[in-house]
Amino acid sequence: MPAFKDLFKGKQKYVTVKAVSVQEERAEGLWTKCTQCGELTYTRELAHNLLVCHKCGFHFKLTAAQRLSITLDEGSFTEFDSNLVSADPIEFPGYAAKLERTRQATGLEEAVITGQGTINGYPVMIGVMDFSFIGASMGSVVGEKVTRLFERATRQRVPVVMFCASGGARMQEGVLSLMQMAKTSAACARLSEAGVLYISVLTNPTTAGVLASFASLGDIIIAEPGALVGFTGQRVIEETIRQKLPPGFQSAEFVMEHGMIDMIVERRDMKKTLASLLALHERRHEVG
Amino acid sequence: MINPTLDFERPLVELEKRIEELRNFSREKEIDLSEEIATLEKKAEMLRREIFDNLTPWQRVQIARHPRRPTTLDYINLIFDEFIELHGDRAFRDDGAVVGGIASLAGRPVTVVGTQKGRDTKENLARNFGMPHPEGYRKALRLMRQAEKFRRPVVSFVDVVGAYPGVEAEERGQGQIIARNLEEISRLATCIVVVITGEGGSGGALAIGVGDRLLMLENAYFSVISPEGCAAILWKDGSKAQEAADVLKLTAPDMKRLGIVDEVLPEPLGAAHKDRDAMARIIKDALIRSIDELAGIPPRRLIERRYARLRRIGEFMIREAAQEGFPETALASGGGSVQAAAGPGGPKGEARS
Repeated sequence: MPAFKDLFKGKQKYVTVKAVSVQEERAEGLWTKCTQCGELTYTRELAHNLLVCHKCGFHFKLTAAQRLSITLDEGSFTEFDSNLVSADPIEFPGYAAKLERTRQATGLEEAVITGQGTINGYPVMIGVMDFSFIGASMGSVVGEKVTRLFERATRQRVPVVMFCASGGARMQEGVLSLMQMAKTSAACARLSEAGVLYISVLTNPTTAGVLASFASLGDIIIAEPGALVGFTGQRVIEETIRQKLPPGFQSAEFVMEHGMIDMIVERRDMKKTLASLLALHERRHEVG
Repeated sequence: MINPTLDFERPLVELEKRIEELRNFSREKEIDLSEEIATLEKKAEMLRREIFDNLTPWQRVQIARHPRRPTTLDYINLIFDEFIELHGDRAFRDDGAVVGGIASLAGRPVTVVGTQKGRDTKENLARNFGMPHPEGYRKALRLMRQAEKFRRPVVSFVDVVGAYPGVEAEERGQGQIIARNLEEISRLATCIVVVITGEGGSGGALAIGVGDRLLMLENAYFSVISPEGCAAILWKDGSKAQEAADVLKLTAPDMKRLGIVDEVLPEPLGAAHKDRDAMARIIKDALIRSIDELAGIPPRRLIERRYARLRRIGEFMIREAAQEGFPETALASGGGSVQAAAGPGGPKGEARS
């Protein structure tokens, strides 16, 4: 039996994030204030707690690299399609400059990182969206990378884990962004028909065009506690109904109550939950 | 019925009014003014051409939203020999913002679905201004599945400002149902022809807007976001919708250029509402042509083609290999990791069979 690492051909890219880099991002000083409850936490302690407030349980946003590092087995990640970069297909005012600025500021090429790795030894195709890149909006590149990931998973019959986060379709690429919803959903359909497991994890926030496409098509849909999950923005709804929305509207707990997701899993339990699900879907009777 | 004059049409409407006055005057006083009237009519005709040959994107959006623009049911009545409306999503409610049923297109049985705006205030209230709730999209999907079962082609009429932005719509999973429709429609084993007749508003339009052939009326629009919404984000000023309509590239000619629609259907001079019968004839011809082309294709091949159509949409660049820099280097730093510090669920490092 070959070791799982033999699955990976070519150069491996190790995804590990120095605790110190988390610190630098997080704090003006040594302390970080919780967005939700205002509690001050020693920044290093917050990083050790996977960026979850120890007092109120608020889940801070993670960068894609942080997410990969706390999800995958160390050294197991190989990235796909990192050379796909956004063009400016409809010459939208300010878009090219915005892309450049965002690349500089985030060190990312695009709003999603895709690749393969292992979770407690189980091989997965994984995608992680990073909200710091133009609100993790889906343009042509995000749509293409996600579609290629689903297609690869379909061919190789390897389960997909997708950490979703997004403000929606990327306005700056016009209708091409809108059509990525249809493209990624069609790729999901093929994955599903091939009988390959797809676990979608909704992180804060997963909204609009991404919620209305691949984020909602998982065989199993998980959300992180408190994540905003909704199709229409709250301000638009408030303007339409001319009323304030109740607290907790469009939270993970709200969509859970309304039957839209399977479970809410805390960040510290995410990896083992994913590993358990992967174990239960292991293909035992296949001719190898 | 309201019959508003769009700003850019005003000079034409004034001229038409003068012609009408002259006609009345000539009839009442029994004076022959036919020469003068003919001159003015010629002038009006030229003016009309000038206006409608040079429409800006925002003017097209206004036409697409015109209260007298024919609705889905108007077209259904004009195009099909017979139409039997079917109702309900079999789960929650019959959504009036979506209509559907079985029809005969010049003798061919087809399933028809479409978003439905009201033709007056009362009807608009009943139809929620044509903005569907999740049950509306579920009803459309139910009817499409029925079409698949009986091997009927599907005709989908799209004219919707967007999926309804309300509390109940969210509670019942607006995002989830749109995703479900996109997934299911992508593999529906019967041919689908989509006609964007007016507004193609974002995900709410796309949810019934995927097919094997996309037709779009000349003055319809299709967009990722409303011009008002775009203006609000871009310039923090929703009233700059006109400029936003320019930058979004949302017109039918734009869609043809971007490879999203197959065919732009010309509208009668002065737009669809000026001559409904002519418009309906143009749509009907295009539908018959499209369905006769698609009907011979085996379902499996049809689904492959549909996937290939979606698969190629998107424009991006491929950066040359051997590029030093992120994300690889940014990710490839050593040292203590968040994971290592975190403790639970550390690497197991075992081979799995």
